[in-house]
Amino acid sequence: MKRTLKAEETFFRVLMNLTTAFILIILGIIIYSVFEKGMKAMSWEMLTSVPSGGYYYGKGGGILNAIVGSLVLAFGATILAFLIGLPVALYMNVFLVRRKRLVNLIRFILDLIWGVPSIVYGAFGFTLMVLVGLQTSLLAGIITVTLFILPIMIRSMDEILRTVPMGLSEATYSLGSNKSELAFKIFTRQSVSGIITAVLLSFGRAIGDAASVLFTAGYTDNLPNSLMEPVATLPLSIFFQLASPVPEVQARAYASALVLTVIILIVSLFSRGLGKRYHKTKINF
Amino acid sequence: METAIRIKDLNVFAGKTQILNDINVEIPKNEITVILGPSGCGKTTLLKCMNRLTDLYPELKVSGEILINDKNIFAPGADISKLRQSMGLLSQRPYPLPMTIYNNIAYALKLRGVRGRRKLHLLVMDYLKQANLYEEVRQRLREPASRLSIGQQQRLCLARGLAVNPDIILADEPTSALDPISSRFIDEKFQEIKPHFTIVVVTHVLRQARRIADNVIFMYMGEVVEQGPAKEFFENPREEKTKSYLEGMFN
Repeated sequence: MKRTLKAEETFFRVLMNLTTAFILIILGIIIYSVFEKGMKAMSWEMLTSVPSGGYYYGKGGGILNAIVGSLVLAFGATILAFLIGLPVALYMNVFLVRRKRLVNLIRFILDLIWGVPSIVYGAFGFTLMVLVGLQTSLLAGIITVTLFILPIMIRSMDEILRTVPMGLSEATYSLGSNKSELAFKIFTRQSVSGIITAVLLSFGRAIGDAASVLFTAGYTDNLPNSLMEPVATLPLSIFFQLASPVPEVQARAYASALVLTVIILIVSLFSRGLGKRYHKTKINF
Repeated sequence: METAIRIKDLNVFAGKTQILNDINVEIPKNEITVILGPSGCGKTTLLKCMNRLTDLYPELKVSGEILINDKNIFAPGADISKLRQSMGLLSQRPYPLPMTIYNNIAYALKLRGVRGRRKLHLLVMDYLKQANLYEEVRQRLREPASRLSIGQQQRLCLARGLAVNPDIILADEPTSALDPISSRFIDEKFQEIKPHFTIVVVTHVLRQARRIADNVIFMYMGEVVEQGPAKEFFENPREEKTKSYLEGMFN
């Protein structure tokens, strides 16, 4: 009996180690190939200039248009989604605390639309644009990406706010606070690092997605200068360059991918760091 | 003797299970009333009914009346914020607000309507002293309250509870998580301030009840078995269940 248990444990431990190693190796290969191929085409010019004439045939210029465009678009969408998402998450956890079934239904629906592929958001955003007569533009891109990251934002904040202990609500109410004071003064403060993590997570999703901006934000070789004009994004820049038959341009796609990877890496490290701090305060409690 | 809280025919259901069964009690003003009973007998629920924290739990169905100053707190249109402000709550575990030590008390004072920086500062210091915390924290008033030890946090919660200027103090096993010194301080503090407050303490610790109680409400399985002055209760219990509880049969 004892021996079979031990064999079972060994078996699963080996299996777990193998799968973990497998995932790490694949991840390593992806990152290595992006770095390896990307660094070859990487240059100061790539990062600091917009495409000049003939860029897509291998001549001079860079992807500054896409870097700035992606950052602006992702910032815009993240801020908008935060302004809508935080009140919704607070509402679910403070005002609807007595209506558990309704809140669970909302959670279920949000989880469902979280899983909707981003190309569907792109198509939906496009339909919306046709409806209101908006052309491909930064604004249309921001709105579409906001819709795309909103469920992610709300659900990840919701998961954090759920962990606020009932006793803290009781203590706050017993001082005579009302619900909005509990929501905005106590819940937000108690969960501040978790909320920032949720925002950074959403930002990472917003900046990395290609399909939702394909029809809505369009593409341009210029730097963004108006909400009503098309804007370039890194994922699409990778897509267009990779589709080119010219080897130099393909190599630049990897350099663009490298830029995007580094941006997302920085954002993830930030949110991990904050997440850790959050856990520490929980233990100290 | 004046009555501070009068509870009439209080029933609480959680789904189909009855948690409190026909509770009728009177809690005298400016004395310490201890709600005593074994775990799970409904003591905490009874306490939470008094400041309507039961509202937070959708599964609880409350019926009956609780009269405070002859006003039914369950009456439609009752001002719940004001009701809760007239009672300071001390829970089993301290829950400091996620802000600085200073602001934990200032927050309560502001809710009570205190304005002006100087006035706030003086009152915060005053309440910290009342809770015997001032000496320990005066160098670190701007630190997050969560960095205090559990005993200090509970005293901070006591200071915060007093800062809303209540008439009644509700305490739910306030010393169960504390070290002996902090526990003794809380017990002694209750004795000291009882001329000005009606204090209701929930406990399952017989010794604590003997030490602090003026009146005892003994509960068992959701019902009030016996209530009355502490002396009578401990020396001359009327009910069989009380006798066996006092002899330690339940624990």
